[in-house]
Amino acid sequence: MSWLSDLFASDLRPRQREERRRVLRSAAIGAFVVLGALGGYLPIVMKWRERLRPPGALAEAEFLSACIKCGQCLQVCPVKAIRLGDSLDGYGLGAPYISPRGQACDFSCDVVQCVLACPTGALAHETTKKEQTRMGLARLAAPQACLARQGKGFKGAARGAAFAGKHRYAEIDRWRPIAIADHPYDLESCDLCVRECPITGAISMQPLSADPTEKRRTPVVHQACVGCGLCEMMCPAEPAAIVVDIRALWPDVGGA
Amino acid sequence: MSRLIENFLIMFGKEPQKPATLAPAAQAMVAEQGSKEGKALRKRLIFDERAHDAVSHRWRNWRWLSIVAVNLLFVVSFRADVQLVEGALTASRFVGFHMADLNSALQVMLAYKHVVVNLLIGSGTVLVMWWLVGGRSFCAWVCPYHLLGEIAEMIHLALAAKGWIKDHPLHRGVRTVLWFVFAGLAIVTGYTVFETISPVGILSRAFTYGASLALLWVALLLAIEVFYSRRFWCRYICPIGMTYGFVGAFSPTRVVYRLENCLHEGKCRDVCMVPHALSMTKIGYAGDVKLPIGADCTRCGMCIDACPTGALEFDILGLDKLL
Repeated sequence: MSWLSDLFASDLRPRQREERRRVLRSAAIGAFVVLGALGGYLPIVMKWRERLRPPGALAEAEFLSACIKCGQCLQVCPVKAIRLGDSLDGYGLGAPYISPRGQACDFSCDVVQCVLACPTGALAHETTKKEQTRMGLARLAAPQACLARQGKGFKGAARGAAFAGKHRYAEIDRWRPIAIADHPYDLESCDLCVRECPITGAISMQPLSADPTEKRRTPVVHQACVGCGLCEMMCPAEPAAIVVDIRALWPDVGGA
Repeated sequence: MSRLIENFLIMFGKEPQKPATLAPAAQAMVAEQGSKEGKALRKRLIFDERAHDAVSHRWRNWRWLSIVAVNLLFVVSFRADVQLVEGALTASRFVGFHMADLNSALQVMLAYKHVVVNLLIGSGTVLVMWWLVGGRSFCAWVCPYHLLGEIAEMIHLALAAKGWIKDHPLHRGVRTVLWFVFAGLAIVTGYTVFETISPVGILSRAFTYGASLALLWVALLLAIEVFYSRRFWCRYICPIGMTYGFVGAFSPTRVVYRLENCLHEGKCRDVCMVPHALSMTKIGYAGDVKLPIGADCTRCGMCIDACPTGALEFDILGLDKLL
């Protein structure tokens, strides 16, 4: 431990002085590297921003520890819904997330490919069907913006001609998702969120009153909803009238 | 056994020592080289050697080709949908087989506190593979940061030759401390903290999936290598390197040193990223006439290219018996 006492000695030969500098320098750079890593971890501790995770993701803390940040889930996604987090995003550098308004998961791979691709089970392998996933729950966040509630129809491309998002329309091509912009609608009463929902029984339209001539209708989310966010992507209102509450569970919203 | 322990201690940061005893053959050779005629012969041989001094980059060229090819394979697999190697260097599938970087897999298991079967299979495959080809050969033959580090090193040396900058060596023990710090951080935080600064993961993901802010960190590391401390990340910091170093300690693929051919000019140590592993090339440091280079050796072949007298060469243990 002579170097330790040398650190505090004042009468050193040049060689010892150089050695002392080297040890101090090493400690400083070592500390810098650890601080850099902790800095990278800080956005996660502070939970800067919550993000929708791919289907089958474990609970957030477990998901973040299990994910090896390789991006294999991203590679197999047919609609490229999955992206990887960046340093300052606060949801893990290299960890996958989905921005449903831009491109939601529409389960057009049929067999949750991303889960199969995950090498660590951060996307839990128990999930084998799309109906089993629990990413969150859809919620009509801005009822006043909902076209159906205003009794309005919808004509044209759901999100405009410039929107890049894709969706698989089984009636057009069972295997290949196409741009939503290339699939215009002509609806007497807007029901895009219900019409394109990939999960049976997750969402339905209900009239706003018992009046038989009532044209206004409202989307109602049911327990089967997995929170994929396809409705959020489809909604023609700007911003979307219906959104996904990330990681919300049925009991959280007062469901039985 | 004692040589293995010494090998590990040197990797952990210990300065290599002169051996207390030499093998009889080495002793005879040292005595011969130390005699009056031996010294005169060495002087003449060095003079001759320097007269037709040719620099070879044979192994370096192969290696750069390997680094570019492997990393390109990841990119092309995704971009052109060839699906040969899917994923990144942290974890991937090679024609369907799981592969997991040993350090990344270790970090995940420490953070997640579960033994993940796919990861065990993946890291097992990778372990056997790198055991066969030399452990830290991952660094020299696959790691994209290594290539950038070599370019940074060239700039560093050019600037240093002009006297504009000076190298600031660190104590190699830093890496050992950091290896345990990052293992501890994974356990305590439940997050793969090292992954936020790992240039291997950052670069590998950036190549395949596009640029990220994290590249700024890699740029900072390279700036430190150019202006402050030669090869500082690979030499003194990177825990991935040490993880593969453990594997390399037992590997049959290694560089061997032959005392007989050595003129002790130190050209190999000048180019080596881990010169402590080449300490036996110093006069009086070789305990035997034929010695393998230590665990920290990245099998990069720079010393082989640099050695003018063929005292260093690649060797596969037991291959001669097999053939």
